[in-house]
Amino acid sequence: MYGKGLKPLSIAAVAMLALSLSLVFFYAPLDGDQGFIQKIFYVHVPLAITALVGFVAGGVFAILHLRSNDRKWDAYSYVAIHISVIFGVAVLITGAIWAKASWGHWWVWDEPTLVSFLIVFLLYATYYPFRYAIEDRDRQARYASVFAVTAGAFVPLNFMAVRMAESLVHPRTFATAEGGMPGEMMLTFLCSLVAMGLLWTTLVKFELTAKSASGQVKRLRRALDAPVAGGSSRIAPEVS
Amino acid sequence: MTPSRTAFAAILAKDLRSELRTLQSLPAMALFAVTTFVVFRFGLDRTSLSGSLASGVLWATLLFAAVLGINRLFVSEREEGGFDAIRLAPIDRTVLFAAKAAALVIYLAALELVTVPIFAIFFLEDAAGLGPLVAVLLLADLGLAATGTLISSMAVNSRARDLLVPLVLLPLSIPLMIAATGATEPLLSLGGPSYDRFGTWLMVLGLYDLIFGLVGYAVFDFLLED
Repeated sequence: MYGKGLKPLSIAAVAMLALSLSLVFFYAPLDGDQGFIQKIFYVHVPLAITALVGFVAGGVFAILHLRSNDRKWDAYSYVAIHISVIFGVAVLITGAIWAKASWGHWWVWDEPTLVSFLIVFLLYATYYPFRYAIEDRDRQARYASVFAVTAGAFVPLNFMAVRMAESLVHPRTFATAEGGMPGEMMLTFLCSLVAMGLLWTTLVKFELTAKSASGQVKRLRRALDAPVAGGSSRIAPEVS
Repeated sequence: MTPSRTAFAAILAKDLRSELRTLQSLPAMALFAVTTFVVFRFGLDRTSLSGSLASGVLWATLLFAAVLGINRLFVSEREEGGFDAIRLAPIDRTVLFAAKAAALVIYLAALELVTVPIFAIFFLEDAAGLGPLVAVLLLADLGLAATGTLISSMAVNSRARDLLVPLVLLPLSIPLMIAATGATEPLLSLGGPSYDRFGTWLMVLGLYDLIFGLVGYAVFDFLLED
């Protein structure tokens, strides 16, 4: 039942990615300041926004899990955080490449957004050992949800604190980064953002479908008294 | 007194009495903090500290010492059946969260009462900044108590208790550390304390306390279900 609509969603994600990439390379103007390397902006920033929204979505799913006690929402929360962590690795790598190309260093501590993202990433990276340490499945799901809610509240607070720590030394406003963008760049950026959002949704849906399929296979095998092949993950929630 | 308040007072008194009798957390925390100061003295190769170095050494040490206490916060509950007793008692479960957090605030305050003067004797040439530092310490203790109690209550029911608390608590406490060191740095600067953005940082600390106090209060109930 999770597979429903997966095909059109995948096609839409691929088409949107292709469209946004062609806009990035053939339509968006070259940045006067940074030249070609600025184009990584269209990958890096949408990835980061999608990952952060994904983390918060994981928190919202966790609230639904705690309120309804339906294990389905724990699976949603787990997969949302899982895909967002993978996106997070890509954000840090593209961010480092961009920093090296435009400032000459692989890592720049006075860029508040990048530093905040690293802290958020470090917190969410502990989600896996956290789940792994709790054996009982029900308790694991509940505790993981509490973790996801706490971390979801942490994300905005952390961004504020890091930005404040830098704000006097490096005044950096959103207006110059976004408002000052010419229309072609803005359009390309929005297309890339939609494409990344679709990619994230597709991956989440794909993962849930795969989990549900393997869960069904396992249950059928059990019903037939056949040996259950392969060990299941100790931390991933099972989906019915 | 309402039943909740009676239960709160009873749990808090029980915790403080058991800590006073066994002394299993506080002396270890204080000893650890003082030893860490000595490690920093040689690690940094400095005999006096001021400004950002002083606030960094102080807060890193306090945070790690706090982790030791947070690790042990619920151990007696788990080993001696305190969790079962709370579940059986006809009281609101969040009372346990409030009482444990209050106990942790008292532990941390006691720790700082011992270690901050020692820090001043070891490293500071001018102790004038210690007065306003009390406000920073108190607000940071409240925040650490909120997140620490939450994480500790989860970690104690896991297989990797001693591993989970530092692993999860350190990234979670980074905003708190940013604000606390930001407020402390001008207080300990050479040439007397200054109050550069002091109020702003106190507000960030207060916001952190508020948010994680509310989150802990809202979700703690789910941690005791079984």
